[in-house]
Amino acid sequence: MIRRLLPLFAFVLLAGLLFVGIRMNSGKDTSAIPSPLIGKSVPAFSLPVLGDPTKKISDRELRGTPYLLNVWGSWCPNCRVEHPVISALARRGKLRIVGYNYKDAPEDAQRWLDEFGNPYAIVLADEDGRAALDWGIYGAPESFLVDSQGIVRWKSVGPIDDDIVRTQIEPLLAAMAVTR
Amino acid sequence: MKPLLLTLLLLLASPGLQAAKPPMLAAEPPPTFQSAAEEQRYRSLVSELRCVMCQNQSLADSNAMIAHDLRKEVLQLMRDGRSDDQIKQFLVVRYTDFVLYKPEIKPMTWLLWFGPGALVLIGAVVIAVIVRRRSAAAPVAPPAEDSQEW
Repeated sequence: MIRRLLPLFAFVLLAGLLFVGIRMNSGKDTSAIPSPLIGKSVPAFSLPVLGDPTKKISDRELRGTPYLLNVWGSWCPNCRVEHPVISALARRGKLRIVGYNYKDAPEDAQRWLDEFGNPYAIVLADEDGRAALDWGIYGAPESFLVDSQGIVRWKSVGPIDDDIVRTQIEPLLAAMAVTR
Repeated sequence: MKPLLLTLLLLLASPGLQAAKPPMLAAEPPPTFQSAAEEQRYRSLVSELRCVMCQNQSLADSNAMIAHDLRKEVLQLMRDGRSDDQIKQFLVVRYTDFVLYKPEIKPMTWLLWFGPGALVLIGAVVIAVIVRRRSAAAPVAPPAEDSQEW
């Protein structure tokens, strides 16, 4: 009897395995590369400020309070999709939003901000995209949550929506406030 | 086969399709190499690295903006005197093992590297056991002549 049921067991086992695999990947962007930076310090950089190229900001100067580094470009359609969510997050005032203008012409970037509104406390301009390689950035939008010590805590690839803010960013932010 | 390939190439080269690309992805000028050896090393490196944006293409094949930037970086690192391993490490630190078509052998990748071999081995053992059991159970006498009727 048991011998005859053996193929059925094998099938159930395989089906179970595949089901777990599908469940693990459902609702996730499997093409997104997890950041190797999580738990580590942000890469050292010194980037000019959009609109004021003579002024440079380094990774050290951003330390002190947590911030969300939001990678965007005027050429990026999904950044427009994400823009209202980022703006709402900025309006709530609980988190500093640092813009990372990636591979963009300064005048295009400025026009984009003028047209849609500027939610950023400051915008770093990485025109040639060289510094972005150190962050492991490979497109826009991408976002990094960095704590007050300058440690990367979280990264997302693709547009942030209200759900991500509620279920991922806000709990992390609350946890950071407790440990501090 | 050849005419088909030619048609495809012509299609790809047609201006209508080119115009559909965003301006940022305009064809880059091929890098100028200092020597044939450098060119060869560069080509073999970028074909061994995986594009992070369009993940079914190598760095060499991809036309994505990031692939362009990473190719430039690879050439720059080569000229800075870094070894192939150092260049790969540079990318792994930033973009994880994802960029390697041949990830290094370490506990995390043991299943990937040795899994298929282990499965073949397990299969071979199972077959050997079954064959042994059957031959032990089968009659020692040779099959009768008439079993070859067909």
